[in-house]
Amino acid sequence: MSEIKNKLLKPSKATKQDRFGRRISVLCIGLIVILVASIIFFIATKGMATFISNHVNPIKFLTGTDWSPSQKMTGALPMIVTSFGVTLLAALIATPFAIAIAIYMTEIANKKGSKFLQPIIELLVGIPSVVYGFVGLTVVVPAVRTLFGGTGFGILAGSIVLFVMVLPTITTLTIDSLNAVPSHYRKASLALGATRWQTIYKVILRAALPGIMTAIVFGMARAFGEALAVQMVIGNSALMPTSLVSPTSTLTSQLTTEVGNTIMGTLPNNALWSLALILLLMSLFFNLVVKYIAKRGQLK
Amino acid sequence: MNARRNNKIATGVIIGLVSIVVLILLSLIGYILITGLPDVSFKFLFTESKAFAAGGGIVNQLFNSLYLLVLSLLISIPISMGAGIYLAEYAKPNWLTSTIRTSIEVLSSLPSIVIGLFGYLVLVIKFQLDFSILAGSIALMFLNLPILTRSIEDSINSVSPLQRQAGLSLGLSRWETIKGVIIPEALPGILTGIILSAGRIFGEAAALIYTAGQSAPTMSYTNFNPFSETSFLNPMRPAETLAVHIWKVNTDGITPDADIISSASSAVLIIVILIFNFGARYIGNRVYKKLTGDK
Repeated sequence: MSEIKNKLLKPSKATKQDRFGRRISVLCIGLIVILVASIIFFIATKGMATFISNHVNPIKFLTGTDWSPSQKMTGALPMIVTSFGVTLLAALIATPFAIAIAIYMTEIANKKGSKFLQPIIELLVGIPSVVYGFVGLTVVVPAVRTLFGGTGFGILAGSIVLFVMVLPTITTLTIDSLNAVPSHYRKASLALGATRWQTIYKVILRAALPGIMTAIVFGMARAFGEALAVQMVIGNSALMPTSLVSPTSTLTSQLTTEVGNTIMGTLPNNALWSLALILLLMSLFFNLVVKYIAKRGQLK
Repeated sequence: MNARRNNKIATGVIIGLVSIVVLILLSLIGYILITGLPDVSFKFLFTESKAFAAGGGIVNQLFNSLYLLVLSLLISIPISMGAGIYLAEYAKPNWLTSTIRTSIEVLSSLPSIVIGLFGYLVLVIKFQLDFSILAGSIALMFLNLPILTRSIEDSINSVSPLQRQAGLSLGLSRWETIKGVIIPEALPGILTGIILSAGRIFGEAAALIYTAGQSAPTMSYTNFNPFSETSFLNPMRPAETLAVHIWKVNTDGITPDADIISSASSAVLIIVILIFNFGARYIGNRVYKKLTGDK
């Protein structure tokens, strides 16, 4: 009897397997969460070292314009301004194109047209950033040099390269948000006698606005964090940009070029980690903005 | 009749913008292939690179890229499989799940240079892996995890709930249902996701500069002992990949034929990624047909 009782009270083989599988999947997801937490923790502690152990004034760090950490000058403003400059400019150029492609693919084109564009956009996502950088270096920089003077390196070249890089990101997300507009909106508007453009402009784009804004923010996040492509065309001198064609440096490009040349634990190295911290915080900020837009969009 | 005129103008403007983009894209791809392909030869693909002289090839870089890709997929597939299954099957809609989702979103939006620096700090310095394939493939895994997890979760979610109910009503446990019914059904989507992420990893450079290193020491392709210093399988050696190589010859400026090397390597990269993209579609369709018996 007790044997049967034991058998009935003990979990079956299937139950054990079930628990085992569940535990494994919890372990995997836990690993990812721990990973994210430790990335934030490590970068934050390293980035704060400049202000805590090297006693650099954080406000001076953010507003100073002289960057030469080996001489104890840690003004990160040039990099911050350039990073924001290339990001905004790239998003500004890319957005109209992205919206036009999205409208074309969802509202205007027949099946053939969108079948032709879709793989091209996908391919554009797949091109590695060093290839963009290389093309930027051999085509965009010389072109900017002959058209606008200077060395050709600078914010303008960086924005042009980033424009092509963020275009597919903004486009695909915009397409998704236009597709999500219910088709009875279109029919209702057309039935009222509106032209196609009136329907697009007054109904579809309005309804898809939160989605389009999310798309732009994602594109900006990608532009802000892009390292190598920008590093190859920006000129890499940590100077305040005086014009769109003066060589300067972004947060990412400064990190890429300098981390290998500094010694762990010294001020020049810590200052670089503070730049990485700014990058991390901006990436978290972009995430928050996306969340905020999604929440606002839902309420309506 | 203003509205009708505006409609025509707007349509014209939209088509104009689209054609500009198409033109940019085609000339971009054309430029890479036309300037690069003439220099891609067997000799280029199968000789070692030279730092200070012209005429170097990319054999080690090409192998390193593939080896890193395989290693990082080997570690990231099981983890993201588990994580994807958890999110699709076990996660309840509560604060814990939303924290998990947020952290995955954060991870996927982190700039790859930040991931690379984190890898440098933790793997290369703290765990003393030095610049090595192992450190590089773990850093690539960090990049890959959120993308793969999401695509696996999506493919599992797209399996019809009827399948799940059928499995459970046959008396299978939840895990058996997942293993025997849901995963096979979701497999085409999962495979497509894996191959697409492989394409992304293959071209990644920013995360590798400070983890896998920027040097490709000579190695022997006949030494199959992974613990030997000179073996091509040794995961502890520094390994410059193809993408890092393009970046390095352009920024160092010491290789005389940097332009030729980078345009040819770019063409090789693009072609490999094209193969990945088309392969993803082809294999996805094939597996789907095979599993569903659809002719």
